[in-house]
Amino acid sequence: LSHPDGMAIAAGAARPRRRLSWARARRGAVPYLLIAPVVGVLAVLLAYPVYRLVVLSLQQYTLFELIQHKGKWIGVANFRSILQDAVFWHTVVRTIVFTVANVGLTIVGGLAIALLLVRVSGWVRILVTAGLVLVWSMPQVVAVQVWYWMTNYQNGVVNYILTQLHVGDYFQHDWYATPLSSLSLVTLLVVWGALPFVAITLYAALSQVPSELVEAAEIDGARPWHVFRDVTLPILMPILLILISLSILWDFGVFTQAYLLINPSHIHPSNYLMSTYLFQEGFQKADYGKGSAISIVMLVVVAVLSFFYVRKMVRVGEVT
Amino acid sequence: VNGRRTNRAAWNAVGIALFVVMVFPVFWMISTAFKPDDQINSLTPTWFAGHPTLQHFTDAIHRPFFWDSVKNSLIIVLVAVGVAMVLAFLAAVALAKYRFTGRKLFVVLMIAIQMIPGTGLIIPLYVVLARYHQVDTLTGVIVLYISAVLPFSVWTLRGFILGIPTDLEEAAMVDGSTRLGAFVRILLPLVAPGLVATSVFAFITSWNEYIFARVFLNDQAKQTVTVWLSYFQGTSRNVDWGGLMAASTLTAIPVVVFFLLIQRRIAFGLTAGAVKG
Repeated sequence: LSHPDGMAIAAGAARPRRRLSWARARRGAVPYLLIAPVVGVLAVLLAYPVYRLVVLSLQQYTLFELIQHKGKWIGVANFRSILQDAVFWHTVVRTIVFTVANVGLTIVGGLAIALLLVRVSGWVRILVTAGLVLVWSMPQVVAVQVWYWMTNYQNGVVNYILTQLHVGDYFQHDWYATPLSSLSLVTLLVVWGALPFVAITLYAALSQVPSELVEAAEIDGARPWHVFRDVTLPILMPILLILISLSILWDFGVFTQAYLLINPSHIHPSNYLMSTYLFQEGFQKADYGKGSAISIVMLVVVAVLSFFYVRKMVRVGEVT
Repeated sequence: VNGRRTNRAAWNAVGIALFVVMVFPVFWMISTAFKPDDQINSLTPTWFAGHPTLQHFTDAIHRPFFWDSVKNSLIIVLVAVGVAMVLAFLAAVALAKYRFTGRKLFVVLMIAIQMIPGTGLIIPLYVVLARYHQVDTLTGVIVLYISAVLPFSVWTLRGFILGIPTDLEEAAMVDGSTRLGAFVRILLPLVAPGLVATSVFAFITSWNEYIFARVFLNDQAKQTVTVWLSYFQGTSRNVDWGGLMAASTLTAIPVVVFFLLIQRRIAFGLTAGAVKG
């Protein structure tokens, strides 16, 4: 826009009715001036890095090239190497299973809590909501430390409680011994942290369900399950879809909880998720070219997944 | 009616059980932080700290780099949020008050960018910031946090500005104010609660951020609180659980306090009193 030729063309076009156009152009420029700083920051810190990401993914770029500030072109070799790597495909499958489990537990659990909140007495509702808000406010890094303390094999309280409840003998049980077990703990941690947002949002949406509709259905003799399926659920559907797509996006990209709870020194191909895989193979091993190729695969998946959500939100934004 | 009442009692019991399970980790963190070591390391847990002690908190704040990391976190977060709010507010005014070509594209970008996982851009950002010698400087992380909180701040602030009835602004203009005058006298005070809520949210996001701080600040004297906490347990086999939980509590406190504040802020209608009252 600031290109000199562009200015000349604009000035030339404006010449016949200069004064009027000047005023109009000045008024028209205001919104662009207002958004310019944001656009500038995001161009430097987002658009340019994305461009560099694409370039890096086509280069051999390690610590040596980082110091030289110059990569070596190798075409699509980085992509070929990850797509031929069994670790990559195992990670993809593991991340999908992880995401489905997390999203399923979060949405079903959140919906159950929201429905429960409708049925309890006022003081219990306040108590549960306060508890949910407290959990919601816990920083991820803090939650990881608490989880780690509760599940440590020497004297973690989880082992004690499970043994006392006669679930089995969990005396000094090591939850971090297998990838499945440690990733399950990550899932519990992520779901615990995500439930408050989903439950509180769905409870707010439930209060939009007209009680006459529910009562009418009950008088007609509909069973509770049918009332839920045919009356409540359709009304909740739009917000439920937004929550599902948000959860998919967040859970697909989980990093902090997985990286810190499994412990950086135990992050290993057998417990990789997409983001820990990218971080370990690309950043920690200083193979920035390969890491960029993994990033691009990940960002493409995220772009596809977020399409629905973004379209929906833009529509919501246009209405208001 | 009796059946309904027993039902209600049963649901209440489920609700209380849910409360206990959900809140237990937070309770366990705080109660461990106040317990003497022999109670913490015992094989049979003590549920409530019998002889509460502040020893773990004193230990935690005297660990190396605690005050450094608090200072760094505060500098990074306050500067990043301050700058981001000014920039975001300008853009939000443009979105809420003007129609212009490219507006829709801008809206789409603001929403779509929020979906990008930070880890996906870590490598190019590292290469770019290393090129300009911004790794291991607070400035580098500040700039990253500004760009990270901008999109949702623009979007949220736009909502708060739209929530202000236009008749208020028009009334001010009829009274002879210029658009800028109307803006400063009418819009700004009304939008202040929204601005506070958005800044607090941006504050929490930046304070909690881990991965950028971990990657872009290697020097221990420059690390933030979350990175400091993540290194707390160290590599030794005997973790100082009491200290770790005290440190966790300290890290969480500002976030929890701020979070509870904006929960209230959002619950109150923002302009409810302005027109009716």
